[in-house]
Parts: sequence; C-alpha cells; structure tokens
Amino acid sequence: MSAKDEALEQHVPGTTKLFVWVWVALLIMTGIETFLAYENLALLLMLTLLMGLSVIKTGFILSYFMHLRFERMGLFLMIVPAVVFILCMILIFLYPDSIRLLHMQPH
Amino acid sequence: MNHTETETMGSAAWAGGQSPFAINKKKMGMWLFLISDTVTFSCLLIGYSYVRIASPDWPRPFEFYPAIVKATLMTAILLTSSLTMVLGVHAAHKGERGRAVKYILLTMLGGVLFDVIHISEWINLIVHEHVTPFQNPWGSPLLGGSFFGLTGLHMLHVTIGVFYLGAIAWGFGTKRFAAEDVEVSGLYWHFVDLVWMFIFPLVYLINVAPK
Repeated sequence: MSAKDEALEQHVPGTTKLFVWVWVALLIMTGIETFLAYENLALLLMLTLLMGLSVIKTGFILSYFMHLRFERMGLFLMIVPAVVFILCMILIFLYPDSIRLLHMQPH
Repeated sequence: MNHTETETMGSAAWAGGQSPFAINKKKMGMWLFLISDTVTFSCLLIGYSYVRIASPDWPRPFEFYPAIVKATLMTAILLTSSLTMVLGVHAAHKGERGRAVKYILLTMLGGVLFDVIHISEWINLIVHEHVTPFQNPWGSPLLGGSFFGLTGLHMLHVTIGVFYLGAIAWGFGTKRFAAEDVEVSGLYWHFVDLVWMFIFPLVYLINVAPK
C-alpha cells in the first residue's frame, strides 16, 4: 500500500455492541415482514409496508455495516441521490404502464 | 504529492483535489461497481414487478413450509453473515489478523449455508412443483423465468462472494493483503445482503399462498 493510501485509510468506527444492535434490529424487521405477509392486508398497503421496512433495513446496512454513515458526506452524495434518481425515473414509467396493461386484460 | 498535502486535502468537506472522498482507490472502485450492480438488480426487480402487476393470473405458490420458512431462515443467515463480516473488518483494522480470518471464514460458512438452502428450495420447485423458467402448473408462465432469473443472479453473487472472501482470508492471513482489502470485500458482501432485503419481500412474501 502506498503512503498516500495509508494516509487515506481510516480506522473503522463503531463498536461490536453497535453492530450487534443493528443486527438485532434487522432480524426484528425481518420477523415483522414475515408476520405482515400473513396479515389480511390490501396488496398496495402490504407492498408499501414491506418496501418501507426494506428501505429502513437498507439504510441500516448502508450506514453501519457498509460504514457510509462514517464516510465523508461527498461520498454519500455521489452514491445515494444518483441511484435514487435513476430508480425514480424507471418507476415513474413502470407502474402506470403495468396497471394500464392489467386493465386492458379481457375480463 | 507529499504526506502533508494529502492530509490537508482530506481536512475539509469540499476540499476536492485528488482524493475528494478521502477513501482509497480500491474502495472507490468497489463503490462504483456496486452502483452499477445496484442498477442491474433494480432493473431485474422492476421488470419482475412490471409483469407481476400486469399479469392477472400471477400465481402465489409459496406455502409457509418449505418456501417462507426457508426464505426467512436464509434472510437471517445472510444478516448474521453480514454481522460476522463487519466484525471481521473491525478486527482487521485493529490488526487482529487471526480473529479477522476467523470472522471471514464464518461469513463464508453463512454464504455456503445460504446457497445450500436456496438450492434445496430450487430443487423442490423444479422436481416436486414442476416449475421451469418457461412454465408452471398454476398460471402466468413468467413466474419461473423471473423467479429463477432474479434468485439465480443473486445466488451467483453469493457464490462468487464466498470464493472472493476465501481469497481475502488466505491473503490477509498470510499478510499478502491489508485491512483495506478486507474492508472492500466486506462492502461486496453487505451489498449481496442488501439486495436480498428486496428479493425476500418482493419475490416471496408478496406471493405467499392464500390460506
């Protein structure tokens, strides 16, 4: 490793206790997701709840396990908004069209 | 560039220069790869969601046992392997090589367990339920193609990750690799975990068999 890389390498922050708490929170959210799948909820509500929990889980994994919370803000701004923007652009055109196709089916 | 200049550049949030993100080049490369892989998996998941919504005869084949129990167990295993990975990275940065290697090996074990359970799930679907990528006994034939495509690509990532971690464990244990290499491999492993956090609800939980 070059001197420059050594200078840039940062010590990984966080403690074992913090990581275990994050892991427990992720397991609990997984349990809630499985529980919700067997509740008699409307599909849209179910999808919203499940995706909401998945986004929270993603936030935990990115922030603590992937250490993005401890990196410089510039790295976060390079990664997250761009990916969210791309996904939003795809989704804007996806759902209206898929629902249109569903309604075009013969009954 | 000398050492002092590097430190100065890293001191301000918008300092710019050669290292505006204050991370080494390997980590930067891995983040860029993960962004591209995010788009790949997103396109697959969104494509799957498209046909799922647009198909009125979309089947809901996943019974509580074996499918949902196995998928939940696989999720727990991946999350646990992420915990062991982050503890391995932590140990590597502290210079505890032996402990770091043990954690990486535990992470690999999690990956292998995940693959074994997933393959048993595939065998159950193919052999007992007669699901193929092109047809199934219940409804829309697109179920098999999207299910095997999505979960297959993810399983490939897990399998590659197991070999990657094996190489890192060997290299770090023999002092050929540095702690930053362990951290970069950790980013890959956590990403594989992260993707499953979307496959699990979208592919399995939304398609739970009605009572």
